[in-house]
Parts: sequence; structure tokens; C-alpha cells
Amino acid sequence: MIEPGFLAELFTSLLIVLGAGFALVGSWGLVRMPTLMERLHGPTKATTLGLGGILLASVLFFQLTQEVWSAHELLVSIFLFITAPISANMVAKVHLHEERLNRSGSVQSRAGKVPRSPGKGDWATYEAPYRDTPVAMSEE
Amino acid sequence: MRRLIPHPGLSVLLAVVWLLLANTLSFGALLIGILIGIVLPIFTAPFWPRRPQVRFRYAIPFVALVLWDIVMANFQVAAIILFRRDSNLKAAWLPIPLDLDTPEAITVLAGTISLTPGTVSVDVSACGKYLLVHALDAADPGAEIARIKARYEARLKKVFI
Repeated sequence: MIEPGFLAELFTSLLIVLGAGFALVGSWGLVRMPTLMERLHGPTKATTLGLGGILLASVLFFQLTQEVWSAHELLVSIFLFITAPISANMVAKVHLHEERLNRSGSVQSRAGKVPRSPGKGDWATYEAPYRDTPVAMSEE
Repeated sequence: MRRLIPHPGLSVLLAVVWLLLANTLSFGALLIGILIGIVLPIFTAPFWPRRPQVRFRYAIPFVALVLWDIVMANFQVAAIILFRRDSNLKAAWLPIPLDLDTPEAITVLAGTISLTPGTVSVDVSACGKYLLVHALDAADPGAEIARIKARYEARLKKVFI
């Protein structure tokens, strides 16, 4: 005879271990990958599921043991999904500048040099967006 | 009406986020949520000169697809981190030609690319027609660009009009 409390604890601990595992793999990717651009991939992705697993465990725990629905975890994951790409984008933009400035200590990505923009003009990091383009439209 | 509530979607979203923050469904929390939902969009309206039309009929399946892909992305990237040797890693820069033409749609596409398998969006071109993406492992860059365009951009074109 299995008690329901045991099942709840089993599920939450499984989710916590899964989440912690993914967080560990993401951090290991940060250490292990060869250059900055590759390092970016680990923390932006593997950690989303890492934190997701832990948050899901938190929801389950409060629901099953104290019978309250907690909505804060949902908010945390929404904010995480909104902010993770932006911080990755900022780091990547720094990489673009470093590479163009050819500063000592800046290491080229495994993918090679950043390609020129195929359209007219350069990437928006180097050059202000042109008028009448989708990028500049929000500044009208 | 347009001046009082410039972005109805944003107003509803703010009110819901406030209720989630308060973690209750009490009358007081609802009242403050509605107040925030009305006041904040009025002050931030200058930052959003035009109102993007979102078709929820297409937006909801898109969000579900992206959530599923995020879970899959985690497993793929974890496998690459754990088992792939550096010398076998075929990182690539992908300049993706854009068919989307509103800032909101391009932002959502860039965010989606950053959260899904092995790609991080880096920059948009000054002419607004290309998105620069870094792929962690793309043996065939052309196929990867086609996949992103078919899987996310085609769906986003239906979400934002």
C-alpha cells in the first residue's frame, strides 16, 4: 500500500533532480565550450528546463502537501522566457563589437568571422537602423 | 476609448500579471490590477506608436509549439554539451532573410530562435531584412535557415498581421 504523500514526495524529488541536472549541464557547457559564442548556448537553453523542473516541483509540492495553488512559479518562468534571449543578445552584441575592434583577448567564434550583412548596410549593432525599415519604425 | 486604453491586450496582460503576483483573487487585488492595466499603457503609449494586431487563433498553437521545442532544445543542447567533441562541433553564422516586417514580429522571432535548439539570435541588419543567428551545431547552414523560416517565421506571419 503506497501512501499518497509518498507519491507526492517522489514526484517532487524527481523533478528537482531533473531540474538540478539540467542546470548543472548548462553550467558545464559554459565552462567546456571553446569560445564565447558557443558558451552562450548552454546557459540560455539547458538552464530553462533546469529552472522549469524546479519550479514545477515547487508548484506540485505546494499543491499536494498544503493544497494551495501557487502562481508565482508561472510568473518566474514567464519572466525567464522573456529575459533569457535578451541577455544572450546583449552578450552576443558585445562579441560583435570586440571582433570588429580586434581587441586583444577577443576570440573568434568557431563559426569564423561574423559575416557581412547580405542586405544594404551593416548589422544594427554597428550602424543605426535606416528610416522606413521595420527596425526604425518604432522610433517614428 | 482609444486614448483611454491604447493597448487592450497589454492592459489585460498587466492585470493578470498583477493578480498572479498578488497570488489571490480578492476584490482589492483585482481593483489594483485593473488600475495598473489602465494607467501603465497610457504612460508607455509613446513607446508603442502602432498597435500590432495579434491573431490569438494562431498565437496559441505557436506558443504551444515553442514550449515543446524548448523542452526538446534542452535535451539536444545537453547532449551536445555532454557527448560532442569540440572538433566535431560545426558552429555557423546564419544570416536569415526576413519576410516579417513589423518590429514586434521580428522581436518575437528573435526570442524564439534564442530559446530553441542550438541557435542564438545575435543581431538584425540596419536595413531590417536580415537576422544574424549563431548556430551551435549546423552541418548544413542552408537547411537550418530553411527550417527556421518554415517552422517559426511562416507561423508568425499568420500571428501578426
